[in-house]
Amino acid sequence: MTDQKEMEAASHHVVSPKIYVIILLALILGTAATVWASFLELGPWNPVIALAIATGKAMLVVLFFMHVKYSSKLTKLTVFAGIFTLFTLIGMTLADYFSRAWGQW
Amino acid sequence: MSDSTAIVHGAHEADAHEEHPAYLRHHFENVEQQADAAGFAMWLFLLTEVMFFGGLFTAYLIYRNWYYPAFVAASHQLSVVWGTTNTAVLIFSSFTMAMGVWCAETRRRKGLILSLCLTFLLGLVFLGIKTIEYGEKIEKHHVPGFHYNLSSFLDPDNDAAAKAANDKPLPLDMARHTEVYFSLYFAMTGMHALHMIIGIAILGYMIFRARAGAYTTGHVTFVENFGLYWHFVDIVWIYLFALLYLISRHQ
Repeated sequence: MTDQKEMEAASHHVVSPKIYVIILLALILGTAATVWASFLELGPWNPVIALAIATGKAMLVVLFFMHVKYSSKLTKLTVFAGIFTLFTLIGMTLADYFSRAWGQW
Repeated sequence: MSDSTAIVHGAHEADAHEEHPAYLRHHFENVEQQADAAGFAMWLFLLTEVMFFGGLFTAYLIYRNWYYPAFVAASHQLSVVWGTTNTAVLIFSSFTMAMGVWCAETRRRKGLILSLCLTFLLGLVFLGIKTIEYGEKIEKHHVPGFHYNLSSFLDPDNDAAAKAANDKPLPLDMARHTEVYFSLYFAMTGMHALHMIIGIAILGYMIFRARAGAYTTGHVTFVENFGLYWHFVDIVWIYLFALLYLISRHQ
């Protein structure tokens, strides 16, 4: 029984509850920060800060709650490729719209 | 001497048999490879979901830039208090789900059932708050369609939410574009809520199975991959909260 558990621990990284609690607190703190920042008068920086904090929170969730930090290289590459493709598609779509008759609809 | 060797040899064979549990499918080399393959497949599915929500987010980005005053005024109709509460609820549910995965990995049956039940309840709380928010929109005729009402945007002084945000009256053509904001609001939060409903249904099934002792025998793939799905839904909400509720507070 002990041997079996040791074998699984070697092949499968178990993330400890301590890390989950720290991430939970960081996410709650991030939520408080983003709500607070939304009430400041920052002009064009308001959406930038809100999206930066949201991205920071999302990265914490992906890396720790979703175990990507402890996953195989294949998983890491898959996640990165997906996010890269998403931003490429958004970028190309925006480039297309910006370079046409913007706001003429 | 030779006898003891035979005994050690026999014990080793018994160990070797235990190393190949019943849940290991025959086309995989070992448990690790099987878990990796399942996790990889789950991520591929989640990436199709990312693309799907990505399309909605891009549409929101473009329309918000086109009809900026309408999107600002319309977003002032959302309650930051409800939005923040729901964000906290969903983050807590992600935490309880992560704890559920840990309980499954360390074979704690009671802990797993408790974690799954808490996640289930927090999911329902989220949907309950969403129902209250949708109810407010229905009451004010902010649901796109034949009964859509522009008065909050043409006459903001007679609308509590618009007045609190110091909104100026919009010209009629711009006020009509608030309907685009609410179309995207309902499309995005509605698709998100549908994912929550599907997740809660699967959680119910998992609680039922966990009570029978499933997932705590070393085979945690189902709980782990459901956890990935639940955290993904959480991430979508983190962005929805920022984009729909927060970024137009002060314009």
